Amino acid sequence: MRVRVDQDACAGSGQCVMSAPAVFDQRETDGVVTLLDDGPDPRLHGGVRTAARLCPARAIALSAR
Amino acid sequence: MPDALAEPPAFPMPRAAACPFDPPPGLRLLNDGEPVSRVRLWDGSTAWLVTRHADVRTVLTDPRVSAEVSWPGFPHTNAVSKARDTRMTTLMQMDAPEHITHRRRMAADFTVKSAEALRPRIQRIVDDHIDAMIDGPDPVDLVAALALPVPSLVICEVLGVPYADRSFFQRVAGELVMDGGDPARAMAASEELNAYLGDLVAAKDAEPGDDVLSRMAVEQYRTGAMTRREIATAGQLLLVAGHDTTANMIALGTAALLAHPEQLDVLRGGADPAVVAGAVEELLRYLSVTHTEARRVARADLVVGGRHIGKGDGIIAVKSTANRDPAAFPDPDTLDVHRAARHHVSFGFGAHQCLGQSLARVELQAVFGTLFRRIPTLAAAVPLADLVFKHNAVFYGVRELPVTWERTDGGGR
Repeated sequence: MRVRVDQDACAGSGQCVMSAPAVFDQRETDGVVTLLDDGPDPRLHGGVRTAARLCPARAIALSAR
Repeated sequence: MPDALAEPPAFPMPRAAACPFDPPPGLRLLNDGEPVSRVRLWDGSTAWLVTRHADVRTVLTDPRVSAEVSWPGFPHTNAVSKARDTRMTTLMQMDAPEHITHRRRMAADFTVKSAEALRPRIQRIVDDHIDAMIDGPDPVDLVAALALPVPSLVICEVLGVPYADRSFFQRVAGELVMDGGDPARAMAASEELNAYLGDLVAAKDAEPGDDVLSRMAVEQYRTGAMTRREIATAGQLLLVAGHDTTANMIALGTAALLAHPEQLDVLRGGADPAVVAGAVEELLRYLSVTHTEARRVARADLVVGGRHIGKGDGIIAVKSTANRDPAAFPDPDTLDVHRAARHHVSFGFGAHQCLGQSLARVELQAVFGTLFRRIPTLAAAVPLADLVFKHNAVFYGVRELPVTWERTDGGGR
C-alpha cells in the first residue's frame, strides 16, 4: 500500500490521526496532515483505509505499490 | 412518482411526538421515495433537500456547491439567521481558497493532540460539576447542572477567558444561544461579547498566554492580518459552535440513554475508554442535534441522485436522515452503543466539517464516561413524555432534564 496526502486540500479534521496515528499526524501550527509513513505495515492498513474513507476533504489517496 | 405540479412540502417538518429521538416522519418518507426533492422554506422560497448518506457526502465535497450566503438562493434557516449571517461573515460562510486560510488560523488549537492535552482539565470540570450534583438538591435539572456549564467552561479554557470573567461569559453565552427568545436581546448579547473579546485580545497581546486568543493576537493582530474585531468575531463563532451543540448532546444523549436502559448499562460500570468513545459516536449519529442541517447553494449546474440542480439553487444536506440511512447504517433506528458509527455526518462533511470535533469528542467522552459511573442509579425524575423538546431551536435538545438518583450513590470517583 502506498499512501499520499494532499496538504492543500486538508481541512485539519483529525479523522486520519484518530484512525491511524502511526501513519498520520497534524502540524502543530495549523492542523494540516503530515505523513509519518507512506508505505505502512499491513497490520495498519485497516486504519489507513478508515482514514481515507472518513477524510472529509478527500485528501488521502491510497494505491497499490 | 412525484407530481411535478404539486406544491413542494414545507421544511422543516415536525417530528412525531411519540418518537422525540427520531427525524421527522416526512423526511423519512422522502429518503425512501424521493431522496433529492424540492421543499418550501419559511420565506416561500424553495430549496433542494438531499437526504441520503452517500448524496450528502457528495454534495458537501463538491466544489460546485458553495457556503456563501450572498447568493440570493441561499436557503437561510430563518429571518434572524439571514440577518446575522449576512452581517457577520465567518469561515462557515466562505468557500475555498479563502475558507481554508481562515480555518488554519484557528486550527492549531483543535487538533486531535490539542484536544487530548485538554482532557485532564476537561475531566476536572466534569468531575467538579458531578460532585456539585451529588452534594446538591435532588431532583436536579441536568441541563443547568451539567450540560450547559461544562461546554461553556471548556470554551473559556480554549479561548483563555480569565477565571474572574467566567460568570459574565457564561451569562452572555446563555443569552446569545437563547432560542425561541428575543432576537434583539441575542443581538445585544452578541455585541456585548464582541466588545469583551476585543478587549481580551488587547490584553492577550500585552501578555500572551497558552490559548487561542493569545495565539491569534500574536500571529494575526500583531502582523496586521486580522483586526481585533475580526478576532473577536472568530472567538464568538467558536463559542456559538462549541457551546450549545455540546450542551444539547449532553442533555439529549443522557435522555436517550435513560430511555434505553440496556444501552445505558454498558456505560454504568465504568466502561473501557474505547467503548465510551464508540458510544459517543453512536449518540452523535442517533441524535443529529444540528437539525437545521447543512445549508449550501449551487454555484454551477450539477446532478445529484439523478436530479438536476440549477446554478443558484439552494441545497439542504440533511444530516439527520443521512445518519439513519439503512445503506450506511444497518438497522439505523436502533441505538446500539457498540455499533461502528464513525462515518456519521453529525459534524458535517467536506472542508467545513466541524473544526472543534476533537474537542467535542473529549468533552462527551468525559461526560458519558463519568456520569453513570459516579451516579449509576441516575434516573429521569419525570416521564419521558413530559420532557419539552426544542423543536424550533437551531440545535435540537431538551429544555430541562430533571434527574434523580439513590442518595447513597457518589461515594468514590
